[in-house]
Amino acid sequence: MAVGGYMGGIFGSSPVSPLQKHMSKVYACASEIVPLFNAVINEDWDEVARLQQIISNLEKEADVMKKELRLNLPKGLFMPVSRQDLLEVLLMQDRIANKAKDIAGTVLGRRMKLPEVVHEDYIRFAERCVAACKQARKAINEFDELVETGFSGHEIQIVTEMITKLDSIESDTDNLQAEIRRKIFAIENDLPPIEVIFLYLIIQSTGDIADRAQNVGSRLQLMLAR
Amino acid sequence: MFGLFMAWGIGANDVANAMATSVGSGALRIKQAVVLAAIFEFAGAYLAGGEVTKTIRKGIVAPDAFTADPNLLIWGMLAALLAAGTWLAIASRKGWPVSTTHSIVGAVVGFAAVGIGMDAVNWGKVGTIVMSWVVSPLLAGTLAFMVFRTIQKLILNSENPVASAIKYGPYYLFLVGFVIALVTIKKGLKHVGLEIDTDSAFLYAALLGVVVALLGSVLIRKVETNPKADKKFHYANVEKIFAVLMIFTASAMAFAHGSNDVANAVGPMAAVISTAQTGLVASKSALPAWVLLLGGVGIVIGLATFGYKVIATVGKKITELTPSRGFAAEIAAAGTVVLASFTGIPISTTHTLVGAVLGVGFARGIGAIDMRVVGNIFMSWVVTLPAGGLLAILFFFTLKGIFG
Repeated sequence: MAVGGYMGGIFGSSPVSPLQKHMSKVYACASEIVPLFNAVINEDWDEVARLQQIISNLEKEADVMKKELRLNLPKGLFMPVSRQDLLEVLLMQDRIANKAKDIAGTVLGRRMKLPEVVHEDYIRFAERCVAACKQARKAINEFDELVETGFSGHEIQIVTEMITKLDSIESDTDNLQAEIRRKIFAIENDLPPIEVIFLYLIIQSTGDIADRAQNVGSRLQLMLAR
Repeated sequence: MFGLFMAWGIGANDVANAMATSVGSGALRIKQAVVLAAIFEFAGAYLAGGEVTKTIRKGIVAPDAFTADPNLLIWGMLAALLAAGTWLAIASRKGWPVSTTHSIVGAVVGFAAVGIGMDAVNWGKVGTIVMSWVVSPLLAGTLAFMVFRTIQKLILNSENPVASAIKYGPYYLFLVGFVIALVTIKKGLKHVGLEIDTDSAFLYAALLGVVVALLGSVLIRKVETNPKADKKFHYANVEKIFAVLMIFTASAMAFAHGSNDVANAVGPMAAVISTAQTGLVASKSALPAWVLLLGGVGIVIGLATFGYKVIATVGKKITELTPSRGFAAEIAAAGTVVLASFTGIPISTTHTLVGAVLGVGFARGIGAIDMRVVGNIFMSWVVTLPAGGLLAILFFFTLKGIFG
């Protein structure tokens, strides 16, 4: 008789750990935007180019992980969360990395200069956006504990609190963003118009990182509510 | 000989599926699993295997149909064993999830219905058995769902899961010990020469339950918890305790499996032996204890020679099943199987266990279950019944042609 044992077959590979690893990669990618903007402020273009390369590579790695996880999620899998929700969390995570890559590309390609009045604010803004990602990663890291407790009890509360904190970080970034926009608006007539357009664009993009981190949190919350 | 081969096959392949859950969840090392399985399989087969053996031996076929020519029963049962063995060998080679129970029942029904006549089959009994194949996974699933929910409530969601696990774990063990002891005492000890009335049976079973619970309690207090391990995964220490608790449920599982599946091998054998010895189709003759003993030995040999390999292979594949889940699934499955053994109904241990695992899944406790594989496992018996039956018919007429 051949070495059988069909009990082995009924357990599919759990998507939990790959999802967490993907989020960690995405966070590693997004967190590089703080040194990136520091280099931009210092007008150290070699450093900007180096960081852009790092961000781009991390984004690629995250992309590969995303594809692998998708391929390992056949329709017949019976999971504690819906497949749809899971895929959407994955997509949201991935879009964080995409955004970081866009920012790095634009900043490097246009050799963008940040007006001196916003230097300090901008670094704080970028740091806060990265903090949102970190918080999203923290919440996603509770996923295995959620499965362990079968999505019930105390653990739900812990994750809900994490998501609430994520929301408050995101709202911080909104305020910082408004402040930076206000300062640029005050001086925008003294700047080359095309630069101004791209300045607003890059502010928007940086804020998007926090937005998408928040989206990761809200999708996770949907899973809790099933 | 055929019977021993069947028992070997069961030990080699079937036990593995039951024990692998413990190895996979890290509760037991392979050597420990094999030793425990051997002891409890043997005990289960010898002490509680009688009822199901009786069913296979003379419950499915109507003994009256054979009084004219007892040889027909001998050939038929041999054909059934050969057919089931062949079908299992084919299925194992192809990797199909096929149940020993389904093969043998299909084979016995097949030879009796076609080889002898439709009246030779006790259709009422067969209906009950087939119904139980639907009911047993459902029951195990429901039980597993409930057990897991109580584990969630009492242990996992409590302020201090480790303390709660130490506190409530022994109660679960009491239940395991009690149920198994009760079944054994009520049904199993007769042929060992002990007669115990119902009241004292309950008393003894309760006593044994307490002993098991105390033993478990001592063992889980010895578990060294490591606060550092909880930093990365908050439930690492609780799982350590469940790993110890699971040693007991794994033993229960082995016992349950032995009590139900030994019949697949020795049921037909017993029919052959008693007919050959007396020359009559004795519907009342008692089952010789040594037949069960032989079945138990066969299973243990199969386990020792081949089963450990299967346990290792399967165990590696099911790391997704953590001890707390394995614990819930095994309690439910072992309980269901022992209940079936008690009433003399042959059911598939694997199906029951799969049902139990699904039950835990429904409580949102498992990362991913591949429903396609589960579907295949459950559908397999639809194919196995006619396949076992057809092969049995083939062998029956061959044997009849040679010897008749």
